[in-house]
Amino acid sequence: MSKAPNMPKSWREETKPHKFCPGCGHGLVLKALGQAIDELGIQDRVVFGCDIGCSLLSFDFFNVDSVQTHHGRTTPVVTGVKRARPDRICIAYMGDGGGYAIGSQHLVNAAARNEKITVILANNCNYGMTGGQMAPTSLPGMKTETTPYGRDPEVTGYPTQGPEMVSAITREGAYVARGTVANVRQLKNYIKKALQNQVEGNGFSFVEALSGCPTNWSTNAKDTWAFIEETMPKYFKVGELKAPAKKEE
Amino acid sequence: MAEKPIQGEKRVFMTGNEVAAWAALAAEADIMYGYPITPQNEIMHYWTRLSPKFDRGFLQTEDEISAGFTTCGGVLSGKRAFTATAGPGNTLMQESMTMAEMMRIPLVCVVQQRGGPSTATVIYSQQEATMTCYGGNGEGFRIVYSTSTHQELYDYVIKGFNTAWTYRFPTFVLGDGYQAKMRESLHIYDPATKGINMVATEPSLGLEGTPGVDRDPQHLRNTYNTEEELYEVVSELVADYEKAAPEIVEYQTFDTDDAEIVIVAHGIVTRAAQAAVKELREEGIKVGHFRPITLRPFPANELKEIASKAKKLIVMESAQGQFDRMVKHAIYGLTTPIEDYFKPGMGITSEEIVEYVKKGM
Amino acid sequence: MAKTVKIALAGEGGQGVQSVAGIMVGAANDKGREALYIPNFGVEQRGGVSVAFCQISDDKIGSPKFKKADLVIALSDRAVRRTTQYVDENTVFIYDSSIEDIEDDLPKNAKKVIGIPALDVAKKELHPRVFNVIIMGAAIEATHIVEMPEAKEALEKKLGYKFEQNPKLRPLNFTALEKGAELVKELL
Ligand SMILES: Cc1ncc(C[n+]2csc(CCOP(=O)(O)OP(=O)(O)O)c2C)c(N)n1
Ligand code: SF4
Repeated sequence: MSKAPNMPKSWREETKPHKFCPGCGHGLVLKALGQAIDELGIQDRVVFGCDIGCSLLSFDFFNVDSVQTHHGRTTPVVTGVKRARPDRICIAYMGDGGGYAIGSQHLVNAAARNEKITVILANNCNYGMTGGQMAPTSLPGMKTETTPYGRDPEVTGYPTQGPEMVSAITREGAYVARGTVANVRQLKNYIKKALQNQVEGNGFSFVEALSGCPTNWSTNAKDTWAFIEETMPKYFKVGELKAPAKKEE
Repeated sequence: MAEKPIQGEKRVFMTGNEVAAWAALAAEADIMYGYPITPQNEIMHYWTRLSPKFDRGFLQTEDEISAGFTTCGGVLSGKRAFTATAGPGNTLMQESMTMAEMMRIPLVCVVQQRGGPSTATVIYSQQEATMTCYGGNGEGFRIVYSTSTHQELYDYVIKGFNTAWTYRFPTFVLGDGYQAKMRESLHIYDPATKGINMVATEPSLGLEGTPGVDRDPQHLRNTYNTEEELYEVVSELVADYEKAAPEIVEYQTFDTDDAEIVIVAHGIVTRAAQAAVKELREEGIKVGHFRPITLRPFPANELKEIASKAKKLIVMESAQGQFDRMVKHAIYGLTTPIEDYFKPGMGITSEEIVEYVKKGM
Repeated sequence: MAKTVKIALAGEGGQGVQSVAGIMVGAANDKGREALYIPNFGVEQRGGVSVAFCQISDDKIGSPKFKKADLVIALSDRAVRRTTQYVDENTVFIYDSSIEDIEDDLPKNAKKVIGIPALDVAKKELHPRVFNVIIMGAAIEATHIVEMPEAKEALEKKLGYKFEQNPKLRPLNFTALEKGAELVKELL
């Protein structure tokens, strides 16, 4: 059972325990997001959009107005809301498939237009919901359902560097960071800054969170954590990549 | 050349997605392009496991828009290329399918229908009938086989490649989530043992020789300047399609000769209809069943003839009238009463058909 | 066996319903019977009730799903509630007797409603892991879609590699199968 005292205020108690698999990283990312919403006191202003992918299971996760969109289309739906209601704090939540594959054009263009929204992307190195196929973020050599003999970078490329790309194409005012569920405090701080950046109307905000998918990785708790803490950071560097110059912590 | 994936013929017990992958292998498909979506995923899973053993290719694209267009590129290069999708993925693929219609690109696409609209369910429906036949800003210059058993899935994937390359229209094998995920028995075979030869493929791009010197360059297009120009191009497509249609069209009838009530159904619902007809006939009820195998081209004349002799038609489908519109269009002019039995996104069992037919008597 | 036998097996994820269904229909198919098995799948997979629809016949099988089953086996409270819809006066309904608070949810219209202590037997007499094999034994006794030796053959085919590694597993599984049959035998 979830411990009520630890539960962020913005979480919806009636829908807990949540529906993610045991040990899934999504719950931790949403914990960090919940805490950040609480600390900023913006629950009454948030509009939350989730993708199709395991993030879809978060459509009733928070006590905030929420919308499930299509696979890859959360960024444009949330952009549409923000353009119509600039007073709302608009969050798009998605997986790496949703953000870096099918929705990559939206991510690129929203970033290029410096849309004043916050995109949070859970990177678990595979397509969770559809049963563990290769994602743009799958690691070289990684066995997935569509790379049964291991991902060969010569054939399928190297893991997408999302925050690096977003940071390269955004201008002043954007906030870009990569956190990890292995450090929820830090992740919460990044997400909080990303939301604060939207509150201040500076520009596009993007946080990737390294996350776990024990179900499709077929890992026990120990190996799941080893993968997140040791293996993933070899390809995905945790830290802030871009913050508006004028702002201090 | 690598060894044949299937020697002779054998009985197997497998899921429909596995069947589709084996059929594409047996049909000498060169490459698959695709993007994951339930309930089609395992076609890719099996293909990625099997294809390297037989020197076939695979590319997982960034989405279905890309999967459809990469398939076009593969076919333009003279490869027997195919893709597979479902639901919202099928929606995204429609853009490339209209290019295939316009440019006569003989690709093959396996569709495993799931619930709609939108993301809906990943389970089952017949709600992609309209889209698969007429999607995009096209005119339906496509061939659509609506299968009902694993045996048909195997047979028509193989046949689909040959139909596509013979007539040069994009060709679909329209399955569904049940067919994708269930296990049943069938016979898989090397097409050659059944006298089936795979129609030779040919490239439209990347030909031998220096363009402008040894041969004319290929300048393929899908854009036209004037109404007249386009009208001429489309008229030619219409003429070619109509000429090919009688050779392509396929259907089945069950006890329709003296039938007063005719159940019209396609795809997996035909299984329930066939079983129901058998049961009702045993009770002396004069019921028959008409089943188009091709939804495009539609066996209109054949249905019309049977419908004209019946006292009543019952159109049954796991959608809200998509198939019904095709039926009504085909038999326009007849006065035979038509009843609808629509279950959008829900399976239809023989038990409920029997009950429905009896209730209406 | 003229008629098509229809079986709905339902349990929680992890109870092994789908693998039992797979082994049973595989056994029937190996005998040259027609068999059709449709697992349930979908977003609900995560944490939902898992239902396996099986049909076995001597002829080609019609629609993959059915309205009413000859045999329903339900292994959890949610599974009981979910599967009563497949019951009519020709249905044998088997549930695990350790499930609590379901007295009111058990079907009233079934041919027979049978509670069997499969979970208890598995835990106390055999091993919790063979719970689903006990269930398979019960299903086979209730339907005779295949006979005991064929069921054992099918288990051997599926689990043979495990039996090789640990020979004790073979008698354990076979006993579980027989035990399952025994549990329902007198009650049918
Ligand atoms: C247009 C379209 N294509 C494909 C799908 C199938 N689909 C659903 S979720 C998903 C991938 C999920 O992976 P990811 O975005 O990485 O999120 P995760 O489940 O890992 O959290 C896919 C391919 C779909 N729903 N819509
Ligand atoms: S499949 Fe993976 S990403 Fe999805 S809920 Fe389970 S652990 Fe999480």
